Amino acid sequence: MPTLGADMDAGTLVAWNVKPGDAVKRGQVVAVVETQKGAIDVEIWQDGTVEKLMVEPGVKVPVGAVLATLIADGETVAAPASPAETPAAAAAPQAAGALSHPTAAAGRARISPAARKLAEELGVDIEALVPSAANAVISRVDVERAAKEAKTAPAAGSKATGADWHAQMRVAIAAAMSRSKREIPHYYLETDIDVTVVGDWLAAENLKRSVAQRLLPVVPYMKAVALALREVPELNGFWADGAFRPSSAVHLGMAIAMRGGGLVAPAIHDADKKTLDELMVDLRDLVMRVRGGRLRSSEMSDPTVTFTNLGEQGVDGVFGVIYPPQVAIVGLGKVSDRPRVEGGAVVARKVVTATLAADHRASDGHRGGLFLAVLDRLLQEPEKLR
Amino acid sequence: MKMRTRDEIRATFLDVLAAIAPEVDPAIIAPDKPLREQFDIDSMDFLNVIVRLHETLAIDIPESDYAELATLDRAVDYLVRRCGAG
Repeated sequence: MPTLGADMDAGTLVAWNVKPGDAVKRGQVVAVVETQKGAIDVEIWQDGTVEKLMVEPGVKVPVGAVLATLIADGETVAAPASPAETPAAAAAPQAAGALSHPTAAAGRARISPAARKLAEELGVDIEALVPSAANAVISRVDVERAAKEAKTAPAAGSKATGADWHAQMRVAIAAAMSRSKREIPHYYLETDIDVTVVGDWLAAENLKRSVAQRLLPVVPYMKAVALALREVPELNGFWADGAFRPSSAVHLGMAIAMRGGGLVAPAIHDADKKTLDELMVDLRDLVMRVRGGRLRSSEMSDPTVTFTNLGEQGVDGVFGVIYPPQVAIVGLGKVSDRPRVEGGAVVARKVVTATLAADHRASDGHRGGLFLAVLDRLLQEPEKLR
Repeated sequence: MKMRTRDEIRATFLDVLAAIAPEVDPAIIAPDKPLREQFDIDSMDFLNVIVRLHETLAIDIPESDYAELATLDRAVDYLVRRCGAG
């Protein structure tokens, strides 16, 4: 059972995509695992043949437990296990290769401090990293390669289906949201933002574009939210061990509804540094994978904040529940024509209600209010959002 | 360009819709009710429908015409008009 996030101590195996005897390739999705961060497709990290599945669907096991055993290419079942791949579970038979990351310290690849730091920044699962040379120390190059592969890896494996899968998702959401309301002292702010200018700008921009290049209305908002977070860093990061740990990178967790219920909020990395076109490409990619039930372990990282755009369903505003250990969730409602007073006259303008739910341990209402003010300001100059 | 009949265009539209939103069942669509109220279709899905229609029917649907695709009946009418079919 790989670790898919800092707060994960166990995961429930939902489904196997492989059976004993199947040949598997490194990076292939072999199982679906339910975690507190939603259902994740688990990729295998080496080539081989599945020997035995150790965990039945529906069973919850701790991080580090062996999910299955693997026979490495060129290896026979009778061959002795390599020391690096001793199964964590004592009762497990000798395994040629564990599906979960190797937990035995003896043969475990070491990682340089710089590489570890980079891996954390890029959201790369350290445990899943493999050095480029055998017995070598994992370097920054290895981390960068893994991050790149995570971005470009084609979606493989079959979709997890069935009521069981959605039941598991509800359990995960229930756990995370209950913890949030139990531990996080939320405060809530809302403000109406005139988005006439950004709406007109986007319409003109899309008129120039072919259908495949068009931007969704949410894209400039994503960029504005990410940029505003830079100015109010108390909202971007994690609450851990009794203290706020700000994040220098803005990894925008996009709340995306799943077909048939449930949601996940995987990160769009470095959203503040991406162009609107790049954000659109990333969002399209992410939504496609979420809807296909194909979020992958390598794509799950730690978003530093969540952005929820519930206007699609027609609500005016959304007061979000913070996803721990994050400290803020930004919400946007639907854009509607509303009367505004300008220079003593009532005029019709396009208006959206922006909300912020934030952790009072990490920030105060004054700073939260500043965030919404910055967001408003940025949205008045959409040409600068590129 | 090959001329398509109204039935072919309707079938194409339903194919595109089902490819984006798997729960779409042509047998249960109310042809005069907004598709987005009947199925779980958001703006990203809708944009993908527009992109696929562009690919399969070779027509460029401007944003200002999106409302024309709100229901099955209206969408087929619109696409027939745009494709010059009868």
